[in-house]
Amino acid sequence: MSVFALAIELDGEGSHPAAWRHANRPPSESLSGPALLQKVRAAENAGFTFTTFEDSILPPQRGIRARVDAVNRACFVAATTSTIGLVPVVETTYAEPFHTSSQLATLDYASRGRGGWIAARASDPAAARAWGRPVVAGQADLDREQRDSITVVRELWDSWEDDAVIRDYQSGRFLDRNKLHYVGFEGESFAVKGPAIVPRPPQGQLVVLGAEADREQVDVVLVAEDDRDAAVDAATRSRGLTAVEIDVTLDTPEAAAADRLAALNRHQPSTPGRRVQYIGTTSGFVELLTELAAYTDGVRLFPTVIDEDLPALARFVLPALFKSGVAHRPVPGSSLRSNLGLARPVNRYAKV
Amino acid sequence: MSSSHVLRPDAHVHFGVFFQGVNHTTIWSDPASGSQIDFETFRHVVTKAERGLFDAFFLGEGLRLREQDGKILELDIAGRPDAIAQLSALAGITERVGLVATQNTTYNEPGDLARRLAGLDILSGGRAGWNAVTTDNAWTGENFRRGGFLDHELRYERAGQFIRTARAIWDSWGDDAIASPTAGEFSSDPNAVRHVDRSTSQFDISLDPTLPRSPQGHPVIFQAGDSPTGRDFAAANADVIFSRHGTHFDDALTFANDIRARLLAAGRPADDIRILPGTQIVLAEKASEVEEKRRWVLEGQYTGQTALSLVGLVWGRDLSDRDPDGPLPEFDPVPAPISATRGAARDGNDPIAIAKEWRALAEAKNLSLRQVAIETSARSGFVGTPGQVADELARWVHAGATDGFNISPYIVPGGLDEVVDWLVPELQERGVYRTEYASTTLRGHLGLRAPLTRRHSTETDSATG
Repeated sequence: MSVFALAIELDGEGSHPAAWRHANRPPSESLSGPALLQKVRAAENAGFTFTTFEDSILPPQRGIRARVDAVNRACFVAATTSTIGLVPVVETTYAEPFHTSSQLATLDYASRGRGGWIAARASDPAAARAWGRPVVAGQADLDREQRDSITVVRELWDSWEDDAVIRDYQSGRFLDRNKLHYVGFEGESFAVKGPAIVPRPPQGQLVVLGAEADREQVDVVLVAEDDRDAAVDAATRSRGLTAVEIDVTLDTPEAAAADRLAALNRHQPSTPGRRVQYIGTTSGFVELLTELAAYTDGVRLFPTVIDEDLPALARFVLPALFKSGVAHRPVPGSSLRSNLGLARPVNRYAKV
Repeated sequence: MSSSHVLRPDAHVHFGVFFQGVNHTTIWSDPASGSQIDFETFRHVVTKAERGLFDAFFLGEGLRLREQDGKILELDIAGRPDAIAQLSALAGITERVGLVATQNTTYNEPGDLARRLAGLDILSGGRAGWNAVTTDNAWTGENFRRGGFLDHELRYERAGQFIRTARAIWDSWGDDAIASPTAGEFSSDPNAVRHVDRSTSQFDISLDPTLPRSPQGHPVIFQAGDSPTGRDFAAANADVIFSRHGTHFDDALTFANDIRARLLAAGRPADDIRILPGTQIVLAEKASEVEEKRRWVLEGQYTGQTALSLVGLVWGRDLSDRDPDGPLPEFDPVPAPISATRGAARDGNDPIAIAKEWRALAEAKNLSLRQVAIETSARSGFVGTPGQVADELARWVHAGATDGFNISPYIVPGGLDEVVDWLVPELQERGVYRTEYASTTLRGHLGLRAPLTRRHSTETDSATG
């Protein structure tokens, strides 16, 4: 494998419901722009390939029950960061794909080609009530909406060819309408005519991430399994790029990982999500990631407390991976696609 | 020149900048015209506006590329970002200037849009605004799941319910719902967040909002409708009116007086709204250069092809083969209502009557087709030396014809530079423009009161009217 991508989820103050108690700021400042920028900059300086932003129209179920939507957060840091990829979750079940496409293309322009998208299903019926739409129930229907949304968003990104803006002074034409395309999509619950209002994004297509079920449509599959062996199996079986999700609690200079977790659990017990769990030394974590690099194309880390685990990752883990050549810092000025080893795709409408 | 009483000797001029992005009024054919979509263009304009101590930076909304005669319009600058996403990016590189997103109430849902506006408001530290617009045409709807038509009468009903629902969402968190000390049992008190249930003719939603209030309480609400219904809607719901009355003083004053009367009728104080008409400002350093500058701008905006296209809208057919510097067509227009697809100001008017009017104008002034297009379409706004324009703007605000202006640059990214570098200092010398920001929020810049809380309100169909 040529690439081993390092991603970090920066939602809230960390993945543990009591993480806010160990954050560097009071909860009242947790949502602010400066607090967000501080975390993303720390991840960028550490050398992460991209950061992800969890989201739902519903409040977070753990910790501070407040959250700014993921697209706004990714855009807010787009112009004041320079290398790290910015990858928001945008749910596909109830959102308008036309808006989703425009929002993500805008992120790609603001970040100069560092945008991505985690396409996610909104499986909780409460999301339908928050949107005021009929409930999409059942896996088959959720899958259909996911498929249709990704299809339309990707078609809209291609609906302007790269050279649609011609600025032809002689004929007085700014656009060449032959380079603009109606997508004419008709699905079960929505139809979209197109073309997009945003020209084709800098990357052509943003990097799209999803689950194994979405393999045909996504660039990277996120592997969510309970343990290392199951994750390795799933990553090995998958036909394209994969990133394994890991909950990580590290030893810090102040306290051992297990003690840190026990202290947090005394405030509020945490049931682990469906991810690989790592609790231990930084050198042990370097070993785990080095092993995984043989089977998968990257990892997405969920730090237990961002302000404690991110500094440990930055000081002890990432430098070791860079030194051994397992991973590389993203190249300044290059797109997220290229940092993941993905080519800029040819526009489906372009005539060769 | 009309009489202008100094009713408000202490009034200041407030400026916003409206980055239009699509329209023939943004010149693209000049070498100074930059990319319409690169982030650097937006950075230039918003940074300049903040340096010029503007109240706000405005973005329009695109929901469908414009068409004429069923074909995508090629003549105008087009291709724009999503407004809220772009403003969040601009919030990251500015500190004071307000950030206003135009967002449609027909093709959005309140649970989602109120959350995204609140997110922009939180991240920007209380600088968000929402220009709430309505659409009733099925043509735009072809990009959205509700698809077709919203009955014309229903669009303001929906907009009113939408805004009240958004305000309920913004009011759902108690001001201390997120505890400051980390020692408490919960970081956010679950009892301090009020569940929002709305069941109206347009909406049936139920949600737990995810955000507290920003430092300005609610995003500032702008409204642009000009019909009697639109004006009443503004008087009932808006904080700021983005009006069309920004070229002629008497017209602006009449509009402002009408709005004040409607505010009183709606039970609000007459000064409870700010009026910021959209306008254009063309400056030349010397009086002798003014006319030449004015002509240069108009000729850039109304190219021969654009003039043929605008006249073709009225005639109901493709006129692109004609000579724009020749006369108006000798034949009559197709007697059908003017297509709404391009969003033209003359939507729905009788083309035969317009053609008759234009022919009379052309005859009286000996005008070519292109000159008629300029005369009948151009909102000339303010043209002059910085000193002349400063005097005129001061007169407008002192007389209460307006509270300021929302300026559309005729070229990006540099079109605002002369306003900030030449005009703002002239206004400051006259004591009618701030010399530093006195507030950190958009609401503060505009001098608006804090929003009333509606923390215990509920809405059902019977309450909406």
